[in-house]
Amino acid sequence: MISLSPVVDISKIRAEFPVLSRIINGQPLAYLDNASTSQKPEAVIQAMDRFYRTQNANIHRGVHQLSQEATQAYDLAREKVRDLLQANDAREIVFTKGCTEAINLVAFGLSTTLLKPGDEILVTTMEHHSNIVPWQMAAERTGAVVKPIPITDEGEVDMEAYASMLSERTKVVAMVHVSNSLGTINPVKQMVAMAHNVGAKTLVDGAQAGPHLRVDVKDLDADFYTLSCHKHYAPTGVGVLYGKLEHLEALPAYQGGGDMIRTVRFSGSTYAPVPAKFEAGTPNVSGVIGVGASIDYLRDLGDRVSAEGGLDGAFRWIGEQEHQLTGYAQQRLREIDGLRITGTSPTKAAVVAFTLESAHPHDIGTVLDQHGIAIRAGHHCCMPLMERLGVSATARASFAFYNTLEEVDRLADAVILVKELFS
Amino acid sequence: MIDLRELYQEVILDHNKHPRNRGKLDGATGQAEGHNPLCGDQVTVYVVKENGRVVEVRFEGHGCAISTASASMMTEAVKGKTIEEAEQLFRDFQSLVTTSGPANEDLGDLEVLGGVRDYPVRIKCATLPWHTLHAALQGEQTSVSTEK
Repeated sequence: MISLSPVVDISKIRAEFPVLSRIINGQPLAYLDNASTSQKPEAVIQAMDRFYRTQNANIHRGVHQLSQEATQAYDLAREKVRDLLQANDAREIVFTKGCTEAINLVAFGLSTTLLKPGDEILVTTMEHHSNIVPWQMAAERTGAVVKPIPITDEGEVDMEAYASMLSERTKVVAMVHVSNSLGTINPVKQMVAMAHNVGAKTLVDGAQAGPHLRVDVKDLDADFYTLSCHKHYAPTGVGVLYGKLEHLEALPAYQGGGDMIRTVRFSGSTYAPVPAKFEAGTPNVSGVIGVGASIDYLRDLGDRVSAEGGLDGAFRWIGEQEHQLTGYAQQRLREIDGLRITGTSPTKAAVVAFTLESAHPHDIGTVLDQHGIAIRAGHHCCMPLMERLGVSATARASFAFYNTLEEVDRLADAVILVKELFS
Repeated sequence: MIDLRELYQEVILDHNKHPRNRGKLDGATGQAEGHNPLCGDQVTVYVVKENGRVVEVRFEGHGCAISTASASMMTEAVKGKTIEEAEQLFRDFQSLVTTSGPANEDLGDLEVLGGVRDYPVRIKCATLPWHTLHAALQGEQTSVSTEK
């Protein structure tokens, strides 16, 4: 077995994630379902706990001390997300209840301001349902059509096909940055530029990129970029919509209610400027504070594991760590007869999905669970992709920086047991 | 030591590897499609009813070992039964896989599937073929789903 970077004591880092010490079915938990959701460090859990114990109040309303502190903490988290995405302006960051809501907000908005009958919305074949269905709904509302961009057998976007599909009818291109099912890192910067050449708007679904890549929305030049914060060590219930300021300002309000208004009269209401325009009602204040704490955690991690430090250092180290884990997992799994890895792009994030000739992914998942190993089995909310791959489901191991090569060995050893049980 | 053999008993593994009565049934008088949207499992059950009896039954589709074995064993269990007997078997099977303790009736080979009651997320794998059979027997044209 090869060993990971000697300068970092991974057991110390693992100890910062309380759930990783669980015993599952008599075995130490090997949590390899990070693409579904990541585990949370003590620092994030404590930040939310501390908020409820010492600062809990509604935001943007009260004149009292607690409300001011809560408002400050909430707004500070927005600035931290701006830094995470390297956006120009914190007003370009909208908090939503999840990545799904962020995409729906854009799809709904563009169906009012942009889409007309016959317009084309391009999405890749490897999209998660959350980046397909909102566009289908937008198409139903407007008479536009959704067209899938083909992928290759390796699980990469077919760039030639994509280029040939772009035309003056293309109004939106929605693409996943990192595929949740395949792990493929798509060339989104290039895809965005190609879309812009025909005047189309672009939305990049960054749900799976957030945990693994140092995202720079300015460099990508995406018009909209979305995050699922629980996938990068923050609590569930918070997503992020980044949008270029002029695009966010041009979108209509998504939901009406408190906090998104300037004035309300029965003769008509006016709306608050962005981002408040898109944050109707009391938001998930403690969750957003947890998001802020998760970014602090990553920055601090970067300082501890790299000379470079900060978020740049953190993501460089995370990338190296996960590259080793993914590479070793693919190496071990490939040695198993009858096992096929789905998604063989050389440009991959921390996902290894596979099928076994003799066993269905659910049976693999159940047997692995009995060995304390958590993976995902199923269609991963990517039914059109499964159809393209000619499978009904896959088993998926997905890694985070706190995973170990020993856990990869346990995964491979248990898959061998599955094979023996079912053949 | 973990005893996966409680769940994956030999009979189940055998039916999974060599499913009985699998494939399309031409001339079916009833058929229904069942889906588990949570995992993508899909099964179609075909029946031929004559004089209130299930004279022929087959299934096709894709799913895990539990759902494949359950479908296979189901076809063997209900073939030749009256529709009322088949429906009663469905009810008995449901209580076998959802309630603890021995089944009220002797369910024969089907009892090996009782192990799924210890795996809550897998119970629907075992019951999907039966729900689909029920729909096929009722002559329902709509597909059934494990999620209401």
